[in-house]
Amino acid sequence: MAKPKIATTSLAGCFGCHMSILDIDERILELVELVDFDKSPIDDIKEFHHRCAVGLIEGGCANEENVRVLKDFRRHCDILISLGECAILGGIPALRNTIPLQECLDEAYLNGPSVYNPAKTIPNDPEIPLLLNKVYPCHEVVKIDYFLQGCPPRADAIWETLVALLTDKPVDLPYDLIKYD
Amino acid sequence: MPMSQTIDFIIDGVEVSARPGQTILQAADEAGIYIPRLCAHKDLVPHGSCRICTVLVNGRPQSACTQPVAPGIVVQNDIEKLNNVRRNILDMLFVEGNHYCMFCEKSGNCELQALAYRFGIMAPKFPYQFPARDVDASHPDIYIDRNRCILCARCIRASRDLDGKHVFEFVGRGPEKRVAVNAEARLADTDVDVTDKALSICPVGALMRKRQGYADPIGRRRYDHQPIGSDIEAKRSATG
Repeated sequence: MAKPKIATTSLAGCFGCHMSILDIDERILELVELVDFDKSPIDDIKEFHHRCAVGLIEGGCANEENVRVLKDFRRHCDILISLGECAILGGIPALRNTIPLQECLDEAYLNGPSVYNPAKTIPNDPEIPLLLNKVYPCHEVVKIDYFLQGCPPRADAIWETLVALLTDKPVDLPYDLIKYD
Repeated sequence: MPMSQTIDFIIDGVEVSARPGQTILQAADEAGIYIPRLCAHKDLVPHGSCRICTVLVNGRPQSACTQPVAPGIVVQNDIEKLNNVRRNILDMLFVEGNHYCMFCEKSGNCELQALAYRFGIMAPKFPYQFPARDVDASHPDIYIDRNRCILCARCIRASRDLDGKHVFEFVGRGPEKRVAVNAEARLADTDVDVTDKALSICPVGALMRKRQGYADPIGRRRYDHQPIGSDIEAKRSATG
């Protein structure tokens, strides 16, 4: 029987959660016995090639590209996991949510104390994804099945959750592995 | 304990003896039964505002921190119906403020976070509000971060009753309600001091001492390994 597939992505995140995936250390050898990676920055596969059992989402939705990728994951994955505080809450990028978008752009590109921008342009190339009015937690955009808290979630929490899901066991993390920081 | 007069009642099927004048929360604490709470603190007069400590007294919801004990009452505390209400209250507190645990100096020692851990909350069920709240860092040694304030009134009561100062008070109503300081505008213009009980009694990271952040490494903070309330529950397992 073919191994189940998993996919991962980093939306508006810092890749810290992916570092925590790698932080399972030598168990990564057990993981590749259990699963094949599909779309993921870990193997650099850019698009989905198969239906996936589990999708791990790092980061919230800060722009239209994040929303497109997240909806793509929802279509291709049986189970979606919000991985870390940015996916769950919006995280550090969501600090802009109390400030109007135009003010953020003006501060970043026009008024900031270290800005050198004589043309006074705010980047608007069609290649650059449009920013959303605020940063959205993933579960406010698509249905999310599981949440792994932490900044980043502990490697043990990621490992135990993946193994439980891939072996049809309930996800029941001990107290020590549920942390919001 | 002076045995002159005791009031016997039942919490979660356990027979408890209390002294006249005690609240249900105080009697439960002494008996080693943890009733979750946020605004209540053993050194402060009860406020009864957070409703986390709501228990059923003969079937009626009452806040355990304000309700006096009475002979023969039957109190239900650790039941699914109440724990769901508590989860909902915690959820609402999280989405109504801006609680960024990942960079908060209080993380690991925060009572709001610790309660969420105890109740196994993995994500709030309500949409985040992302309210615009301000920070007052005018004082050289202390700051108020209203993003993290849960309006428990502990600082207000501690400043008034323990420090004898009246530095803090609520202003506004509903979503506009916030902790204000007893000065024209700034915390720096009050007579607050770093040694005030009002600071150390804040359950969250709203009222903080400067230059004290992240003093305890991860793994050695108050709630890293033991759920909040474990100290109270240990009394019961110790006495059998």
